[in-house]
Amino acid sequence: MTAITLNIVVQGILTGLVYGLMALGLSVIFGVMRVVNFAHGEFTVVAMYAAFLLFDMLGVSPLVSLLPIAVAFFFLGYVLQRSLVEPFISRAEHEQFILLVGLATVVVNGLLLIFGPDAHPINLPYSFDSYTVGSLFIDKVRVFAALGAFAICIALFLFFRYTRTGTAIRACADNLTGAGVVGLNVKQLYAVTFGLGFACIGAAGTLMATIADASPGLAPAYTLLAFVIVIIGGLGSMAGALVGGVLIGISEALAGFYIQPSMKSMFSFALLIIVLVLRPQGLMGRRL
Amino acid sequence: MIDIWHRLPMRGKMLCLAALAAAIAAPLVADRYLLSVLILVFYFAYLGQAWNLLMGFAGQLSLGHALYLGLGAYTATALWTLFGIGPWIGVFIAIPVAAAAGMIVGWLGWRFAIEGVYFALLTIAFAEFTRIGFDHLQITGASAGLFLSVNSPGSDKWWNLGGGPLLYYYLALILAVAATLLVAWLRRSPLGYRWLAVREDPEAARAAGIDIFRAKMIAMLISASMTAVGGVFYGFYYRNLFPSQVFDIGRSIEIIMAPIIGGLGTVFGPLVGAILLTPLGESLTALMQHFGVNTPGAKSIFYGLTLMVIITLQPSGVWPWLARKLGLDRPRT
Repeated sequence: MTAITLNIVVQGILTGLVYGLMALGLSVIFGVMRVVNFAHGEFTVVAMYAAFLLFDMLGVSPLVSLLPIAVAFFFLGYVLQRSLVEPFISRAEHEQFILLVGLATVVVNGLLLIFGPDAHPINLPYSFDSYTVGSLFIDKVRVFAALGAFAICIALFLFFRYTRTGTAIRACADNLTGAGVVGLNVKQLYAVTFGLGFACIGAAGTLMATIADASPGLAPAYTLLAFVIVIIGGLGSMAGALVGGVLIGISEALAGFYIQPSMKSMFSFALLIIVLVLRPQGLMGRRL
Repeated sequence: MIDIWHRLPMRGKMLCLAALAAAIAAPLVADRYLLSVLILVFYFAYLGQAWNLLMGFAGQLSLGHALYLGLGAYTATALWTLFGIGPWIGVFIAIPVAAAAGMIVGWLGWRFAIEGVYFALLTIAFAEFTRIGFDHLQITGASAGLFLSVNSPGSDKWWNLGGGPLLYYYLALILAVAATLLVAWLRRSPLGYRWLAVREDPEAARAAGIDIFRAKMIAMLISASMTAVGGVFYGFYYRNLFPSQVFDIGRSIEIIMAPIIGGLGTVFGPLVGAILLTPLGESLTALMQHFGVNTPGAKSIFYGLTLMVIITLQPSGVWPWLARKLGLDRPRT
């Protein structure tokens, strides 16, 4: 492998980890509640704008605003679930989907209305710095973003594995009736799950804002990206979301460099179609 | 066909005839602007019928119907601009192209047990894939768009789908009425009952000996073909095509609005939905222009909110409710 290719692959892996965090939110919400959050990319872009505004008006670095935005998004998700999504839990799949398509349309056009169609970049003092490792040049912001995303993913894994609430949520995912029988407050846990999914979105959006410029046009693309990653990685598999994210990150980076940047998502979709044909349960998913 | 007519209650027959007569006579009183709104009403009613066949009857959610619309539009307009082949012939090439795309999507999805929401995602993925492909397809002008000249010889003749608004109005009307009749007939056919069985309970349908894969594929075939015809209309009515517009996810959402508002799985739902929704959206735009507000996203916000409100309060749509109010619902036997 030439130095250039290696460089691009490393960049792709780093971006892919942020994608993975975003997709993890989708995977968690789906894995537990069987609800597909179609407004995923839209809210990711909302988080990007939040990071941009905090940076632009108060000078807060996205690496600092990461935590407050994630917490705010947790509550946003919690409230959204309680008010909007909860009545739809037991309704037909397509009704849930249409509700969230409606929400996505409102959010993305709301952004367009407020901020206009232009891109809003965050120019950190070290935006153009890079680390040199041998023949590799790695963007500083990308390293920070990837490390942040990875740390949050690990934290989420640990939460689901070792805390009481995490275990309770997994119980709801495995056997809803059983969870109700042993006295778990399913409604509450669902809202917490939705909140956690949104916290992932908030964190991923904030980190994304350092490596991509916020604009409303990104929103539907991110929604699709998150879906593609989750399906490639395997539905409901948390590790799968990360693996899928990295894979898509690499494929986008390579296609963007060797073919054409505007054609990069074509390769993601092609990858999706190949996975659906050869291994429909996804790379790390259980057999259908 | 005649059977369907006889099934309608007397009041229903009267209403149908009155509405049809009003639609035929409308150009006598409507000005150019109103006529353009009515063209959109029938255009969306037609596309709604096509989509409703797949979702409302066979229960398969497609959010990528822009794919078939775009393929139909591009095939027919490219044949005209590149080879001078008129739309009346072009439409018979556009249909198989879109139908083939539908077959690929359906085969990939249903063969590998990709159901429900994941199938919907697959349809979006294909539409997006094609959009990016057309963005780089030089022969159709790539992202710079494909334009139909109004000056080239023969382009103003009706047999090349050129001309004034009257031509497009009656064409859209004929399409909408024909689609409604086709759907009404299919609804009562053995195939229609098979679709309903697949929609309500695929396992039970399979146990009853229905080849559910086949039933879904036929629904896709008809739906994609019908949408392609709508695409040909789109191409020759607007006379410019951009991949980022015609294959856009927003286009797919636009198509599904009328049947959802009107009533999924009903024959008149798409028609009623289009009649209610299109003038509302258009008057919103007109109103905002009147007050000098230029807000590009406002109409979409309106559509999004409408979707949310209707799906929350009236998930079965306006038509079943309206039919009850008008005393048109068929007595249960």
